[in-house]
Amino acid sequence: MLDSIQAIIDRLFAPEILLTASIVLLLLFFKYRKFCTQNKWMIMLILGGPVVYFALSAFEENFWIQFSKPDNLPITLMLWLVIFFVWLAMRKGVENDERVAAGMPVAEDTKEQKEKVFVWPDLIYIEFLMLLAVFIGILVWSILIPAPLEEPANPQLTPNPSKAPWYFLGLQEILVYFDPWLAGVVIPSLIVIGLMALPYIDPNPRGNGYYTFSERRYEIPIFLFGFLILWILLVFQGTFLRGPNWNFYGPYEYWDVHKIVPLTNVQLSEYIWARLLGVGLPAFWLVREIFGIILLLMYFVALPVLLARKWFNKFYVQMGAVRYGIAVFLFLMMVFVPIKMYLRWMINLKYFVALPEFFFNI
Amino acid sequence: MAESKAAEATLDKGEAEVKKDRRELLKSIPWLGIAWGALAAAVGGLLTGILRFLYPNVLFEPPQTFKIGLPEEYQVGEVATQWKDRYGVWVVRNDEGFYALITVCTHLGCTPNWLSSENKYKCPCHGSGFYKNGINFEGPAPRPLERAAIVLAEDGQIVVDKSRKFLYERGGWDDPSSFLLYTA
Repeated sequence: MLDSIQAIIDRLFAPEILLTASIVLLLLFFKYRKFCTQNKWMIMLILGGPVVYFALSAFEENFWIQFSKPDNLPITLMLWLVIFFVWLAMRKGVENDERVAAGMPVAEDTKEQKEKVFVWPDLIYIEFLMLLAVFIGILVWSILIPAPLEEPANPQLTPNPSKAPWYFLGLQEILVYFDPWLAGVVIPSLIVIGLMALPYIDPNPRGNGYYTFSERRYEIPIFLFGFLILWILLVFQGTFLRGPNWNFYGPYEYWDVHKIVPLTNVQLSEYIWARLLGVGLPAFWLVREIFGIILLLMYFVALPVLLARKWFNKFYVQMGAVRYGIAVFLFLMMVFVPIKMYLRWMINLKYFVALPEFFFNI
Repeated sequence: MAESKAAEATLDKGEAEVKKDRRELLKSIPWLGIAWGALAAAVGGLLTGILRFLYPNVLFEPPQTFKIGLPEEYQVGEVATQWKDRYGVWVVRNDEGFYALITVCTHLGCTPNWLSSENKYKCPCHGSGFYKNGINFEGPAPRPLERAAIVLAEDGQIVVDKSRKFLYERGGWDDPSSFLLYTA
């Protein structure tokens, strides 16, 4: 009974199911945001559910091994904190949206909220107390759980699995699906550039300085998709689900070094030329990769134009060509990451365009 | 009184002259030139030091060319892993001869492991997998492992030269130095 439940949960944590389920849950959270943030049972489920799940799972041997690693403890803590703060911000946003709809000032604009206090002693006093609390917390933590130091590095002996620091595990996960120059340089730069571009893409002054959802009904889901799915979820995957030889393991699965997963990758050119058309790969690289190049051009050039005409027409009219172009490029680039991940998991697609002659692969 | 006054006057005059001389002297030194010179010397010295740092007196690196013993010491169909630690190569013998694969993953440079039971090299960093001959088949590695030059020395031992690398995608594996023909 318990074994079969664990097997089912292991199956549910397979990457394609986990990613899909997370996206669906996030969309449901946005759609039923009022229910999720104000219903008593939903609050208990969202904030208490993960705690109960981790606490129960800790009795399982393999789960405990990963959960109790000194490296991994903060990740569990972080997961819960992220859920809590997203939930809290949404709760306050929903409350404010209701207040605005009823013609009342937002919660941050009420009289008692606007009351001013002195920096000294009111602020400094609290800050000092918090400083002491954090200091004591870190001190106790460092005594109870020693830092996981290992033996001196040996370039000939790579640890298996070899993991980046936790905050880079999301990037390490993306590196599995993209070339190093894309996953290590272009995508991280675009994350930073995209965050810097946000206030120029969305100059709506309403919603500044208070929690709201309805004033940023597209921006918040897009941002949280990038943050929660493409960063936090990938950190979680990299921490708990990636085992020896960088294979996926379920949360209750033993990390068997000899686990064999068939991962033979196929290029798009091989799919089309060899499997679909039944002819060999053309020798000249431009002919060989022409389908992938056309596909990428369609995605990054034709699709924005099509979207501007049809579904995103509202944004195109509102934002103008330049701002729309930047926003839609950043958006498509972000969506490109999970698309590539799905294709790798489902049809073992390696690269759309593979040009090892020029060290250029997408 | 008058005498002393006159003396004072000459003294004053002399002091003024001395002061004037000192000022002239100070003015005559090209301070700006000295300052720029000193700055240039300091920066130049720093740069020289940094450049010197790039050329250490002693290099603790294994030699790039090394002998790995007689061909008979290797089994057909086996991947010899005993040179991985010291020189960073796998030596593989098949029916036709030998080749030496460099133990650096072509994705981001980790050191893969030879898994004999799975018959593949597997990288623990991002899961790239290579067949025994070095061809990449799984994970993110974009190209096969690189091969080092391998020849027979006059004393009958195999010599591997890591400074000469052969890349499959550049057609390097067709080069006679990338493969040591040997049948016994």
